[in-house]
Amino acid sequence: MTNLFNYIPRSSIVHKLTGATKLAALLLLTFASMTSFDTRLLGGMVIFAFAMFGVSKIKLKEVAPVLWFTFVFMVLNNLLIYAFSPEEGVAIYGSRTEICHLFGMYYITWEQLFYQLNVVLKYLVMIPLVLLFVSTTNPSEFAASLNRIGVSYKIAFSVALAMRYIPDVQREYHDISLSLQARGVEMTDKEKLLKRIKNVTTILFPLIMTSMQKIEVISNAMELRSFGKEKKRTWYAARPFRKADYAVIAGSVLVVLLSVGLTFLNGGRFYNPFI
Amino acid sequence: MQKIPVIEFNNFGYQYNAQAEPTLSGVDLTIYKGEKVLIAGPSGSGKSTLAHCINGLIPFSYIGEITGSLKINGKETKDMSLFEISKTVGTVLQDSDAQFVGLTVAEDIAFAMENDCTPHEAMLQRVQQAAKEVNVLDVLAHAPHELSGGQKQRVSLAGVLVDDVSVLLFDEPLANLDPATGKAAIELIDDIHKRTEATIVIIEHRIEDVLHRDVDRIILVNEGRIVADMRPDELLCSSLLGDNGLREPLYITALKYAGVQLTEDMCPASMDKMQLSDEMRSQVQSWFRATPPAPEKQKGEELLKADGIRFAYPNGKETLCGIDFELRRGELMCIVGRNGAGKSTFSKVICGFEKPQGGVLYLNGEDIASLTIKERAEHIGYVMQNPNQMISKNMIAEEVGLALTLDGMEPEAIQQKVFDTLKICGLYPFRNWPVSALSFGQKKRVTVASILAMGPDIIILDEPTAGQDFRHYTEIMEFLLELNRQGVTIVMITHDMHLMLEYASRAAVFADGRIIADDSPARLLTDGDIISRASLKETSLFTLAVMCGITEPREFVQRFIDHDREVRQR
Amino acid sequence: MWKINVKTIVAIGIGAALFFVLGRFVAIPSPVPNVTICIQYGLLAFMAALFGPIAGCLIGLIGHFLIDLSWGWGVWWSWVIASACFGFVVGLLGNRTRLAFGQFGKKGAINFNLAQAIAHAGAWIVIAPVLDILIYQEPANKVFIQGGVSALSNIITTAIVGTLLCFAWAKAVPDKGSLKKEN
Repeated sequence: MTNLFNYIPRSSIVHKLTGATKLAALLLLTFASMTSFDTRLLGGMVIFAFAMFGVSKIKLKEVAPVLWFTFVFMVLNNLLIYAFSPEEGVAIYGSRTEICHLFGMYYITWEQLFYQLNVVLKYLVMIPLVLLFVSTTNPSEFAASLNRIGVSYKIAFSVALAMRYIPDVQREYHDISLSLQARGVEMTDKEKLLKRIKNVTTILFPLIMTSMQKIEVISNAMELRSFGKEKKRTWYAARPFRKADYAVIAGSVLVVLLSVGLTFLNGGRFYNPFI
Repeated sequence: MQKIPVIEFNNFGYQYNAQAEPTLSGVDLTIYKGEKVLIAGPSGSGKSTLAHCINGLIPFSYIGEITGSLKINGKETKDMSLFEISKTVGTVLQDSDAQFVGLTVAEDIAFAMENDCTPHEAMLQRVQQAAKEVNVLDVLAHAPHELSGGQKQRVSLAGVLVDDVSVLLFDEPLANLDPATGKAAIELIDDIHKRTEATIVIIEHRIEDVLHRDVDRIILVNEGRIVADMRPDELLCSSLLGDNGLREPLYITALKYAGVQLTEDMCPASMDKMQLSDEMRSQVQSWFRATPPAPEKQKGEELLKADGIRFAYPNGKETLCGIDFELRRGELMCIVGRNGAGKSTFSKVICGFEKPQGGVLYLNGEDIASLTIKERAEHIGYVMQNPNQMISKNMIAEEVGLALTLDGMEPEAIQQKVFDTLKICGLYPFRNWPVSALSFGQKKRVTVASILAMGPDIIILDEPTAGQDFRHYTEIMEFLLELNRQGVTIVMITHDMHLMLEYASRAAVFADGRIIADDSPARLLTDGDIISRASLKETSLFTLAVMCGITEPREFVQRFIDHDREVRQR
Repeated sequence: MWKINVKTIVAIGIGAALFFVLGRFVAIPSPVPNVTICIQYGLLAFMAALFGPIAGCLIGLIGHFLIDLSWGWGVWWSWVIASACFGFVVGLLGNRTRLAFGQFGKKGAINFNLAQAIAHAGAWIVIAPVLDILIYQEPANKVFIQGGVSALSNIITTAIVGTLLCFAWAKAVPDKGSLKKEN
């Protein structure tokens, strides 16, 4: 578990951007993709996001398992949407162009297909952006970046602490669970569901007790090294902003403005080709 | 040269709010600039509280009441802030995992500077410098779990050194280290002392190991009071260490057994400098001849056998490269070796926590590859190092009976079995107590009892005495010895050379995934080659025997151990 | 309740690490497809009741955010925010002072479970679905049914795991003086 967040160190333009820039860009672009349902904008962003993979020298192969997983999830979710609401598109676009009838209430319409295409596009913007962020940003830089974009340094540091202690907690959970399994605490599906949930609690109790002690010792250790003394703090892992950083942030802001602008132009969040 | 006081306790006392009695009372103690002082005392003596007072956690982090005065550099600590004190006193905590808050070595070293808003450039430079001082330059980008215990401790030290503190406080620096690494830590502390002329305060109960390098004074704490404040040579000539539940250096005890009258001008505090007269040598020799060798123990039948066990973690290099191992019924043995040598992995394989990629394990002559974790546990019990990681019930009886309850045994039968087990473990009077009311040593017993209740033939214990003072150490070990006498076969994984010398009849030495030796402890700890390959440490008894011209130094070590245990049992 | 000291910061960090490990590696599949039993909310409710609304909110936010990041399937903000709100509400209603001093009786259990049930209902039947509709324009009936199922399974899980943890924690702080050796 040395690489929980799948950081892949390379030398590329994207890697050279500061973590703060990438985080800001991620949040801005995500915001743009969340607010807008304009197919043209979403489509453009998908192409951009996948193009950035090339620029960052991260090969799609390296993140393939995650992509597969997400793909399955996406298909399932789309089927669910259709199952629950086959006429959602019709309601949104205000017209109905039937392609064929399946059975009962289930028809296939261009409007529904177009609406679900937009849903898929939204996933397709979000997924590569997040993958790109985690694979090109050193986890060490993460807390510094949060602080840089305005999060209080204490809270930013608690994120760093979480990442620092995840491997420790994981190892501890594993050890505790083994030693209790040896005493007959059953975790596999031999046991009934409710019993299993109770058994997990048996493992959780020692984990909580040692974690509480840990909290005590760590906070002492941090105070002894002046944590919380000043109103702000500097970060060893932070890097100075360069021209490219400003350019990327400006570009991301433009995309957000574009998405807001399109909402006004379209008279709503949707781009409607059916009118 | 005039001595400048740095830390001055004056009729000082402290009482935690949650405690009925004061933890410290009437403490008068002055530590001067540039001194190197050892504060020693048994568990619960108040030595950690003393350390908390020096680094400012008391009064700023714990709630309690102070009486008298404590000045650091002439200022009352109550009038200072925790941050101000920490600029003078740098603390290296016992738990280096908790002190390591950065994601990488470099970030952790920089932590205090980050909090002081040090500019980036200056920070980079200072980190390099501090890392060089403690020799961790080549691991700057490593995450904590990629480091050894010794490295983590050095990183903690570097993180404190960046602040240019004038006092360095080490809280039990030897607690989690193997013997050779502990020795290196003491040497590093000494080098830093000489180089920086900082005042050094070491809190530790392993006196012999600390005295590997000179200290100016030893301050002995017991029951919240200072019972001795003297030079090491002076202290070792007295019987104060033993009287206060601490262990003397073994060679000192041996000299005392031999009837040698210790005096200060012999320099007894340092093995290298100690002067022995011819008369003293012959005293030791005649004691050796007069002490009878202990009878050999009879060997039981074969219980567990490992044949060519191989194991590698996913995407890792092989941790076990063909282990052949044999355990006989009724044995009490140790597994030793440095961190990462494969000791823990091997015990996990035995318990079925990990599946070996090669080799066969036999229990009573039968292959146990197909047994589940639970089925194995009925024969082989495993006791983790930290009892808090094992205890999942609030009440002692409930905890000890957990496995039986899950097995669906009748309540009356469970109670009977639990009470029997508690009686064996000396916990019967506490049967209705919550576990949280027990001391660390008692909790350890509870975990052993909870394993014992399942009736295993073998119990494997990981570092059974880690972090325990001499009295609790003896208590736990005598308890295990008693279990052993009642027929339980015991295997202990340990870093503690004393433990292995005193209690084990045999030890298997792991190095780089192999067993490089399997012999009696007295013989292993006198074999230079094995010692250096497995990060062990030569026992001072051996050195003493050679010094006294004894031709069979190994036999001398063995006879001392046998005799010493007999004396202590009386 | 609103003060953040260093201990709270550390509690948030360790709490988020625990939340992460439970949520990421300790998945118990349930009889209903696509819904896993989320042990981590039992832990979150306990931590929130102990350390207050801000800690609860941030443990949920950071823990859930890191889980999403580590899967790499994008950050599901609607659900991340719902986790944060859950922690916040439990911290607010969860009668913090008593548990922190080691007291948790029948009354405490009722209080705790009311708080967690309200918080789960709010998080999964109101916040998550509404955000899903706002952001992804997902069909209302789908998200509300999904939310309802999650809320129900989470309430049950939290009632077991969270309550047991609170009781165990409270008992782990012994009343001094009540203990006598028996022969």
